Amino acid sequence: MKNKILIAKLGLDGHDRGAMIVYKILKEQGFDTLYMGIRHTPDEIVETAKREKIDIIGLSCLSGNHLKLLGDVMDLLKKNNLNVRVIVGGIIPSNDIKLLKGMGIADVFTPGTSIKKIIDKIKSY
Amino acid sequence: MERNEKAGEFPYTRGIYPNMYKDRIWTIRQYSGYGNAEETNRRYKYLIKNGQTGLSVAFDLPTQIGYDSDNIISAGEVGRVGVAIDSLKDMEILFDGIDLDKFSVSMTINATASIILAMYIAIAEKQNIPLVRLSGTIQNDILKEYLVRGTYIFPIKPSMRIMCDIFKYSLKEIPKFNIISVSGYHIREAGTNAVQEIAFTIANAITYIHEALNKGMKIDDLGKRFSFFFAVHSNFFEEIAKFRVARRLWAKIMKERFDTSEDKSMMMRIHAQTGGATLTIQQPYNNVIRVSLQALSAVCGGIQSLHTNSYDEAIGLPSEESVMLSMRTQQIIANEIGINKVIDPLGGSYYIEKLTDELEEKAEAYIRKIDEMGGAIKAVENGFYLKEIYDSAYKFQCDIEKNKKIIVGINLHNNEVKNKLTTRLYKTNNKEERTQVKKLQRLKRERNNDEVISNLNALKQVARSDKNIMPCIISCVKSYATIGEICNILRDVFGVYEK
Repeated sequence: MKNKILIAKLGLDGHDRGAMIVYKILKEQGFDTLYMGIRHTPDEIVETAKREKIDIIGLSCLSGNHLKLLGDVMDLLKKNNLNVRVIVGGIIPSNDIKLLKGMGIADVFTPGTSIKKIIDKIKSY
Repeated sequence: MERNEKAGEFPYTRGIYPNMYKDRIWTIRQYSGYGNAEETNRRYKYLIKNGQTGLSVAFDLPTQIGYDSDNIISAGEVGRVGVAIDSLKDMEILFDGIDLDKFSVSMTINATASIILAMYIAIAEKQNIPLVRLSGTIQNDILKEYLVRGTYIFPIKPSMRIMCDIFKYSLKEIPKFNIISVSGYHIREAGTNAVQEIAFTIANAITYIHEALNKGMKIDDLGKRFSFFFAVHSNFFEEIAKFRVARRLWAKIMKERFDTSEDKSMMMRIHAQTGGATLTIQQPYNNVIRVSLQALSAVCGGIQSLHTNSYDEAIGLPSEESVMLSMRTQQIIANEIGINKVIDPLGGSYYIEKLTDELEEKAEAYIRKIDEMGGAIKAVENGFYLKEIYDSAYKFQCDIEKNKKIIVGINLHNNEVKNKLTTRLYKTNNKEERTQVKKLQRLKRERNNDEVISNLNALKQVARSDKNIMPCIISCVKSYATIGEICNILRDVFGVYEK
């Protein structure tokens, strides 16, 4: 429960049903959680993570632009020496999951994942 | 329950035409667009060759939010969820060799609708098609963008003004074009139920009508050119009832509240799309069946045009093979099962009529509530809509987790090895983005930049006044001003919406 979590929508995609549900349930479970809303750049997300002393960033992307944007997020985290775990939700083809994990993304949750699984994972960090 | 309703008669519960599909089946209209205009143009020709009867353009996010492809914010998004359009040049390529006189074209565009419509008009002129013959639909439904879809640019007030400018211009110049497609689809996909979907959509439509009436437009003109867009999800009978209720409610509202005397203004014309959110990544071929049943439900509900999703869309952009199968699904329903021999096949069924009445009552209660609040704009501003949407989405997810709501492959019969797709997903690549950026930069060098600047300056003046912005935007696009340039002017004048 000590982990502080930031949920945000990455890029120009505005579909936030998944992000909102995860945010709502994390709040309900007593996690210290922030929701940034839609249309955020990697810069804005990393900036917020730094300012709010975030431990876990949960990012949602459904537009297919996850490789570029998440690559930028990971680079910026490294550049800022931030030790933050990044998890991702969205429409992510299986080949890309391997690439994302290679970038250092902790977990990728695709459609149909139960909330319980996401919460259990977060608790295990 | 003791009604004697007939198709083609008020309140149109059983369908807006007396003979429905006996005269003509619905329009098969698959939403499509990806990469650059050249590729999408090829895809359209392929779909038309294979029996598609209407076009529906998907634009990429930069186009929808008013950024050029070379803007840093567009990086990685160009041509991703739709086709990239920067200027009239791209639209010329998009519709090259497609006779706009023969096909109705639907365009999913909202915050930048005025610019895309201006380009469309410019192309029709180039193809020598009289504007009065253009038929199609511009989505132009901004309220749901603030709530669930996210491609807003300007604050609500100037957005309403732009919408009304589009209405006014279109009613006069392109009288066969639908000036709006009031959309429940995205509201449903965001997690609401069928009642909320129709109630919120109709409440939004009421507000749009009020806005237009305040600008001096006439109800009889407006009603005829309003169209609607709903989702069709898996609850087979409820979805059929939903389309019937939506038509009945709208007809009554137009007649009783707005006092229209034109039959056509009371007829709710509906485009439907199968529910993207109902597709699963697990056992993806199950989605073929889901789409088929949803499509049948829409057809039994009497829709006018339909998009069927592809089974691999929970995983990524669909493959050519899955796109073809989704179109064939409609063609099988249209040609093999006798649907063209019957009008409102489930009308009179005790269950369907009862569901129809029940949904009507519940939806009316919501519409009353929004009326009492002061209308749809208030319901956006005071957070009522968002709370309703998020609460419903949350409840839906909890119901799945508790097995109260069953989805095969998710919480039932989910133990088997995951089905792998045998087809290859469509992949976009960075090469398309680089080509698009190069094309845009060449355009900016080669066009008459003095003319562009003078048109953009004129637009600034008009935007600040209360004159209609459409003629000025048409001049801008004809001089090959880009979407980004035009939107920057409008952002300067109108400001931007902060969620």
